[in-house]
Amino acid sequence: MNYKEVTWKNKRQIGRMITMVENAVEGHEEVFEALYEKTGSAYVIGITGPPGAGKSSLTDILARSFISRDKNVGIIAIDPTSPFTGGSILGDRIRMNELSTDPRVFIRSMGSRGQLGGLSAATSSAVQILDAVGADIIIIETVGVGQSEVEIVKHADSILMVMVPGLGDDIQAMKAGIMEIGDIFVINKSDLPGANKTKIEVEAMLSFMPKKSWRPPVLLASATKEEGIEEVVDALESHRAFQEEDGLLFERRKRNLNELLFEILQDKLFRQVKKLEDYPLVLEELTEKTIDPYAAANQLFEKI
Amino acid sequence: MEKPIRVLVGKPGLDGHDRGAKVIARALRDAGMEVIYTGLRQTPEQIVQAAIQEDVDCVAVSILSGAHNTLLPKINQLLIDGDAADILFVAGGVIPEADIQFLKDNGVKAVFTPGTPTTVSIDFIKENVKR
Repeated sequence: MNYKEVTWKNKRQIGRMITMVENAVEGHEEVFEALYEKTGSAYVIGITGPPGAGKSSLTDILARSFISRDKNVGIIAIDPTSPFTGGSILGDRIRMNELSTDPRVFIRSMGSRGQLGGLSAATSSAVQILDAVGADIIIIETVGVGQSEVEIVKHADSILMVMVPGLGDDIQAMKAGIMEIGDIFVINKSDLPGANKTKIEVEAMLSFMPKKSWRPPVLLASATKEEGIEEVVDALESHRAFQEEDGLLFERRKRNLNELLFEILQDKLFRQVKKLEDYPLVLEELTEKTIDPYAAANQLFEKI
Repeated sequence: MEKPIRVLVGKPGLDGHDRGAKVIARALRDAGMEVIYTGLRQTPEQIVQAAIQEDVDCVAVSILSGAHNTLLPKINQLLIDGDAADILFVAGGVIPEADIQFLKDNGVKAVFTPGTPTTVSIDFIKENVKR
């Protein structure tokens, strides 16, 4: 396969390239070598929120709105992997059936494969590939998150925080972590009782935040009733324009690339260590308490 | 690193009974596979497009409507057209004995009828995916 020549319509090749990087098979580094210079034009939207909030349904309807504006949309949907068997059920496509045959759309489901924070280790790589082959918009849908899965903030240009009415009182909204990363808040299932109350609580929480130049809007929407969606798209576009004007987008991407660099370094380091002859011995000594964890790490580090 | 087998479990056509598909999806999950579940009432085009984008190792469809002789060869043809004939294609559901040979002649590598233990399907997939 000549990676440089793969375009948006070569769905089979795109799928295969993502598998290569996801499994880190022999030759996957060449994919990056060929494609990296072509990246940078796609806008990356992260969609996160608790399980059942409607992330997949919202992803579906946002993607439909973007394709009606003639954009190519890449979707990466992540679901959890079993810590015991390594298996997973990836069910996000169920809500996106209409999109699967649209030539402007590419959807890839990923298991989190042991990665914490709501993403999979290959998320960044998959984003880079979709970007390089012609996506205009990339939507990353995280696993359903709790309070501290903030990894998505390192991978996206805008974060859409999806919430639903009735999940907790205002103290939940005050906690550190996930509530701090949203650039746009969407209260989905806005037809349910308590939607307005949730909106007011989130707004109150936001007004206590340190003054930043972007104040996240809090929007009511219903993905299945297709209400409030245009407002969400408009908010995404305002956030993008705001970041581009201020040079913030450049800064954000630089920070994200720094993360990617360290992920790759970390991965390489782990592989190196696991290959060391001393590794099982040091682990044995550590278990027998004849060596402390820092000394063990130092010993292995010096051998690399 | 572990490289899990990826399987698409789909329901082509118009029957709304997905208990079997869900049991299989769960069993494959517990066997350490990544299962992409696409839900009910899928067209052959939707199933094959999803299989290609997801780059699965196996397409497993469940069909109880009786339309297998129409839908399954169509899925097979679309896999061939999409340069994806290397993907293992299996089926399960209420499929009469008399139809099985026809389906096998049309690209379906195995047909699992009611009562097949899930372990049989799992082992078949493990042994026959091209990796």
